[in-house]
Amino acid sequence: MLTSVCEDFIDTKVIYFGIMTMNNLFGYKERDTWLNHTTGTAKLVGFLAISTMGMISYDTRFLLALGILAIVLMKMAQIKYHEYALMLKLVLVFAVINLVMVTVLAPQYGAQLYGTHHALFGSGYWTITEEQVFYEFNLLLKYLFSLPLAIILLFTTNPSEFAAGLNKIGVPYKIAYSFAITLRYIPDVQSDYHTISLAQQARGYEISKKASLLARSKGAVQIIIPLIFTSLDRIETISQAMELRRFGRGKKRSWYQEQAFSKRDIIVFIGSIVVIVTGVGLLISNNGRLYNPFQDR
Amino acid sequence: MNTKKKSEGFSVRSVVATGIGAAVFFVLMKFIAIPTGVPNTTINVAEGWLALIAGLFGPVVGLLVGFIGHTLNDAVTYGSPWWSWVIADGIFGFLLGLGKKHLALEYGNLSTKKLIQFNIWQVISNVIAWFIIAPIGDILIYKEAAQKVFLQGAVTAVVNSLSVAIIGSLLLVAYVKSRPKKNSLRNE
Repeated sequence: MLTSVCEDFIDTKVIYFGIMTMNNLFGYKERDTWLNHTTGTAKLVGFLAISTMGMISYDTRFLLALGILAIVLMKMAQIKYHEYALMLKLVLVFAVINLVMVTVLAPQYGAQLYGTHHALFGSGYWTITEEQVFYEFNLLLKYLFSLPLAIILLFTTNPSEFAAGLNKIGVPYKIAYSFAITLRYIPDVQSDYHTISLAQQARGYEISKKASLLARSKGAVQIIIPLIFTSLDRIETISQAMELRRFGRGKKRSWYQEQAFSKRDIIVFIGSIVVIVTGVGLLISNNGRLYNPFQDR
Repeated sequence: MNTKKKSEGFSVRSVVATGIGAAVFFVLMKFIAIPTGVPNTTINVAEGWLALIAGLFGPVVGLLVGFIGHTLNDAVTYGSPWWSWVIADGIFGFLLGLGKKHLALEYGNLSTKKLIQFNIWQVISNVIAWFIIAPIGDILIYKEAAQKVFLQGAVTAVVNSLSVAIIGSLLLVAYVKSRPKKNSLRNE
């Protein structure tokens, strides 16, 4: 059952990515909201701050609050459900698979984490405790809470702003530039892939589900080899062009998409600091990463 | 080819190799899935490409290609990157890149012995990345249950080792065949 669900996703995914071009690779679209006008740097900092704190903390109240904040922000960004439905479904499938695996492989992990044992039902190895259910609920929150934030970041930020933003928060500019090249060339590599794939299929290499396993693998290899050789040539051409233009001579570089900070960026920064301080405060008051409602019972 | 002095740190060629390498990694991860017959397990072509690019350009490029490619793929597929696995992929690229000097792919000479050594090293790297780093990261960062993450790690290590053994070796051989051999010019 799960396999067939996944295969459905893969089919839609192929169509979904087939029609992508540079700007909407990540679903970016120009929308007239304050989140769109905020600079990429500020959004990147906000995303990293909130998702890192959410990653560290196991405080249910904190995670719920962050989740609600994320959903409110997503409403403000005016992102429509159909734009992220596919992502949401994939994350849900991913979360369900993981939760089932945890239940099957480590049904006593919750009790071990929280240090108490309140049995709900089942017996022996399969005793399901309140602690286990609570732990898995937290896990689910963790899988889900950052999705709206990531969607906001991806859907409201021009991809070229990411490189400038990364450089601004301290990533060396050569690495930020590599990242910019990746974003710039994904559509080109995709179209190369597509062309090669059609050419090889015309020559009789079958890569669809109709073919046998061996035939499909052979077909895939026939696509990969030309693709890697074009890409390796491309590395030579681009690096020669960049060297001719003396890339990498200066200690710093400026970015076309770089923007000055305005009031809303400052607000995002302050908001990030508030989240970090709250998160750290809870870590201290909880005596660790877990929020434990079972202690006093 | 790349005889320029290294005092500049990260060379222009490495910057571009990282960028294009990550783009190809991303596209391969998204599009090409060769089924193994076991549900939900596919031969990961992208890791084979990572083996080639790391072998050609060294550990830093390998690290960054794995890191950037995996981050982007996670971001586009699931919304947010799963950091412990992203880091593991980066370290996998780094470890493979350490073999650059020994393999010396650019000189068009890849003996069977070297190919076997490469495969032993890639299996060790896979085990380090997916059976040690990724699960420990899951436990430390996400407080996941050990039983579950070690099982996932073991399956991934096996599948990726197979992927690199098949696709990676194939790509290495194809690349080396395309290069002129060292000392291939003779005095006449």
